Amino acid sequence: MNTKVTIAGVEFQNPIMEASGTFGSGMEYSEFVDLNKLGAVVTKGVANVPWAGNPTPRIAEVSSGMLNAIGLQNPGVEVFCERDLKFLESFKDTRVLVNVCGHSAEEYIEVVDRLASEKRVDMLEINISCPNVKEGGIAFGQDPKAVEEITRLVKAHAKQPIVMKLSPNVTDIKVMAKAAEAGGADAISLINTLTGMKIDVERQNFVLANKTGGMSGPAVHPIAVRMVYECANAVNIPIIGMGGISTWEDAVEMILAGATAVSIGTANFYNPTATTDILQGVINYMERKKIDDINDIIGIVK
Amino acid sequence: MKIKEQAEVIGQKKLAEGVYSLLLKTTISAYAVPGQFISIFSNDGSKLLPRPISICEIDKENGTLRVVYRVVGKGTTEFSSLTEGDSVEVMGPLGNGFPLEPGKAIVVGGGIGVPPMLELTKQLGNDVVAVMGYRNDDLFLADEFIDAASELIVATDDGSVGVHGTVVDAMKENDLVADVIYACGPKPMLKGVAEYAAAKNIKCYVSMEERMACGVGACLGCVCESKEKDDHSHVNNKRVCKDGPVFLSTEVVL
Repeated sequence: MNTKVTIAGVEFQNPIMEASGTFGSGMEYSEFVDLNKLGAVVTKGVANVPWAGNPTPRIAEVSSGMLNAIGLQNPGVEVFCERDLKFLESFKDTRVLVNVCGHSAEEYIEVVDRLASEKRVDMLEINISCPNVKEGGIAFGQDPKAVEEITRLVKAHAKQPIVMKLSPNVTDIKVMAKAAEAGGADAISLINTLTGMKIDVERQNFVLANKTGGMSGPAVHPIAVRMVYECANAVNIPIIGMGGISTWEDAVEMILAGATAVSIGTANFYNPTATTDILQGVINYMERKKIDDINDIIGIVK
Repeated sequence: MKIKEQAEVIGQKKLAEGVYSLLLKTTISAYAVPGQFISIFSNDGSKLLPRPISICEIDKENGTLRVVYRVVGKGTTEFSSLTEGDSVEVMGPLGNGFPLEPGKAIVVGGGIGVPPMLELTKQLGNDVVAVMGYRNDDLFLADEFIDAASELIVATDDGSVGVHGTVVDAMKENDLVADVIYACGPKPMLKGVAEYAAAKNIKCYVSMEERMACGVGACLGCVCESKEKDDHSHVNNKRVCKDGPVFLSTEVVL
């Protein structure tokens, strides 16, 4: 049975990754999961310098989902290279995708340039879709011209293949997918979180200090499947699908809709072994359905 | 060593209005220390995130943990209906506990910050003054502090029992001194205790609280402001779940 998939020339032993921001750089979850079993570790967003993120509360629970407004707290690319990439050295079987964030085009470029010489970095995921920061992030992801421009600029500097991470907070995500493709993206990943809000009726105030937050969890999964399907039929570059995947069925659904690989996010918070549990479930499904090659079912539901 | 497993409910009883004591059989008990917490998961699949709840008592011999919690929402309402023989998913032990220091200690708890101080008081030994603050005369766990501590001083918001006022008022009124102070409770209380400790030049540990998601240090949801740069992000945000919940009072901004 073959579970290997290839995106932009990078081979992944299986299509199961975790979603940026839910897994750190894998350190905390390595107590629960053998990182070497994953297709890839996708790191938390990394900026040129340390970012403090938003005030607390940063977390709110909603029905079958959650809101977060972390605001991309991260140690900056220097510490990341010295500590996180060094930690990931010992997990040779898994690929490493580094999620890159910035307030401006220059900041993205600074990170991309710094990562250029890092051999452990297999691919860059460019975060143009974080709903929780005021500048950069989503501001780049809601205008097709801006998507194309930032993609072209990053591609010109990047030594690793680039994946543009798209926001669902747009009228038509296909337009953004096509813009990323036109700008030279090697792949796209979607969906980032949906902007939401929760109000505490007793306190008559926002639950989150940031007022709004990104919604994730099983409740958003059908939206993510629809968007992956739409994009798969609109572009010719591979898609990493994510959004509320919490079971192997969710992962297979996303692959059938057109994703070459899938990322597991919020599920890690309530099931620290979600990634490997889902991988096993996908393998069992392939056995039962007599699927010899995972690539045979990518996007077959038309 | 962190464990995620189904724990068996040994029993549950109501201690005060909205305050419950839940006894769980779990292997987490073998590794837990006072001041740590466990994540308790809802059996309702639409409530994804675990509820972080502090450990009130650890019984390694019988393999049990006791948690005492206040019902504040739908998750804790569900927990309050658990009865003997039920099972509930738990993860832990999480966070760092209180360092056990030699000498005379003052343990301070306010409201639902009272429970984690019980196991600490027991493990510290005899020379412990417990100062516990309550809303009213519903003094949950007070009888157990009388047994565990060398002295119990009670403060109530409504003045119905003990000192009329806060735990800090009670500490001042009794002019308490010690080698170390440990505190858990609402942030304004922790601030008051930290100021008291600073004025008397006493080392002070505080246990912090914040809304959490992962509980293991990955999501950066539950940070608190720290005076020095934190080790993780090199900003001024320590993770309550992983770097805490226990901090030196001089380490964090209260």
